[in-house]
Amino acid sequence: MLVLKDIKFDAYNEGKKVEIIKGISLTLEPGKLYVITGPNGGGKSTLAKIIMGIEKSTSGEIWFEDQNITDASITERAKLGIGYAFQQPPRFKGIKVRQLLNLSAGHKVDCRNCKNSLVEVGLCTQDYINRDVDTSLSGGELKRIEIATLLNRTLKLALFDEPEAGIDLWSFTKLTETFSKMHEKKEGTIVIISHQERILELADEIIMVSEGLVQRQGPKDEILPTILMGPNCYCDFTKGGKPGYDCVR
Amino acid sequence: MTVLDEHLLETVAELHGVPEGAYNIRKDGQSVGRKSTANIEIVTKQDKPGIDIIIKPGTKNESVHIPVILTEEGFKDMVYNDFYIGEDADVLIVAGCGISNCGPQDSQHDGIHTFHIGKNAHVRYVEKHYGEGDGTGQKILNPLTNINLEEGARAEMEMVQIRGVNSTIRTTNATIGPKAHLVLEERMMTHGNQLAETRMDAEIVGADGSVQVISRSVARDQSKQIFYPRVIGKNRCKAHVQCDAIIMDHAQVRSIPEIDAQHSDAELVHEAAIGKIAGEQIIKLMTLGLTELEAEEAILQGFLK
Ligand SMILES: Nc1ncnc2c1ncn2[C@@H]1O[C@H](COP(=O)(O)OP(=O)(O)OP(=O)(O)O)[C@@H](O)[C@H]1O
Ligand SMILES: [Mg+2]
Repeated sequence: MLVLKDIKFDAYNEGKKVEIIKGISLTLEPGKLYVITGPNGGGKSTLAKIIMGIEKSTSGEIWFEDQNITDASITERAKLGIGYAFQQPPRFKGIKVRQLLNLSAGHKVDCRNCKNSLVEVGLCTQDYINRDVDTSLSGGELKRIEIATLLNRTLKLALFDEPEAGIDLWSFTKLTETFSKMHEKKEGTIVIISHQERILELADEIIMVSEGLVQRQGPKDEILPTILMGPNCYCDFTKGGKPGYDCVR
Repeated sequence: MTVLDEHLLETVAELHGVPEGAYNIRKDGQSVGRKSTANIEIVTKQDKPGIDIIIKPGTKNESVHIPVILTEEGFKDMVYNDFYIGEDADVLIVAGCGISNCGPQDSQHDGIHTFHIGKNAHVRYVEKHYGEGDGTGQKILNPLTNINLEEGARAEMEMVQIRGVNSTIRTTNATIGPKAHLVLEERMMTHGNQLAETRMDAEIVGADGSVQVISRSVARDQSKQIFYPRVIGKNRCKAHVQCDAIIMDHAQVRSIPEIDAQHSDAELVHEAAIGKIAGEQIIKLMTLGLTELEAEEAILQGFLK
């Protein structure tokens, strides 16, 4: 399905090279739900953007359904059936929710009988379909619309970047149900980047990413207990430890 | 009427054939079609080129179409249109000017529109400007719009320059009476070596008058745009001026707004922003399967819609 071969990504900060992804190899299988988790700044979003083609890996290869897509553009990857819901979705002056949903579905979305993806994220169609996707939307509303743009596509690989962020309790429940339903249909591979236990519970496999590397990967039942135990390495500031150094195990 | 005429009329006034209600169609300086109705009278001016459009008090849900087209190359047209809108009337006025010029000589249309909007009347005005033709002749439009709103009157003026106009200076002067409300909405796209200058002067003289100016523009290629919106508050009033421009290629956009409060209860706000299309907006649409160019078009279209 999707194979990453030794993906590395360097960025340049004030002329200095920073290694953000330090060599990640992964194989994602069809029909499975993966949750990527790990500390802030670990490289999760960067990895998702590399898969979508938004960032270009410095080295390594990406294969999708036996096709080398390392040099494919964002548009080409989208047409192959890869989708990405942004952690921080952009706002548009003058583009309406309806238009965004039509663009993502590739056809006019049926809004009369409410059979569309807004309902799946707990938004009432009539209230939102004609709203502008601009600063007038609240953070949570924008985030839910972003998720809806993925839900109304038929994707082979759907990447959700912290879909729970900023979403209220009621919508969160609805959202986890939506992910479960998607997963049951086994239409494609689902990757959710998340810090939420209830999302982690949905996973077939959990992938722990930190410091630009996959630290652990395996079935939920194996990985989840170790995560819930807490970090096995932390900086003890009370003993004068500096972040990134003086690791206490 | 030729196919070209019909195409121009459709572009600037969304007309398919003869409009409903009152209308006057002006082609190369001549009236080529006119109809008055029981409530809306259109009469030719005696002292200068142009027409008077007289709308009876209380006229509801009627419309007037007064499109102008220029098809003869090198034609220079200057016209005075006066609108007298009676008390309590509620009407739609559709103007617009389309120029087709394939020759080397300049075509120019200067329309001077004056609106006298009576007490509690409501007017929606739509004006579209458009030019086409590959000749070296310039297509020039210099509209002057004067608006006088009496007590409680409301006007929503939508002025759009679609494309193909080489040079434009658009001037709008408005006087807003007590409890009157004016919305000036401008949308403009310039390309090639075009120049566009907008001057707006809105003076709020009556208590509780209000003005909203919304300007959205896109400047492409080497085109230049200048905005001079000005609102003067002489009474207890509210005004909001918002100018947004997307700049592309090698264009230039200048925005020189002025808000002038001459009364302690005047609340005047101004916002202006110029910038290129946000990269992440393009990326977002590309992740939905659009190409970069399609994404850019979708964003610009939405912005100017
Ligand atoms: N273009 C860039 N230039 C410099 N640093 C970058 C760049 N892109 C990402 N980074 C850095 O790389 C690290 C990984 O960022 P990333 O957004 O992938 O983290 P994340 O795991 O998604 O974190 P979070 O849980 O907070 O969303 C961060 O330290 C970030 O500051
Ligand atoms: Mg992230």
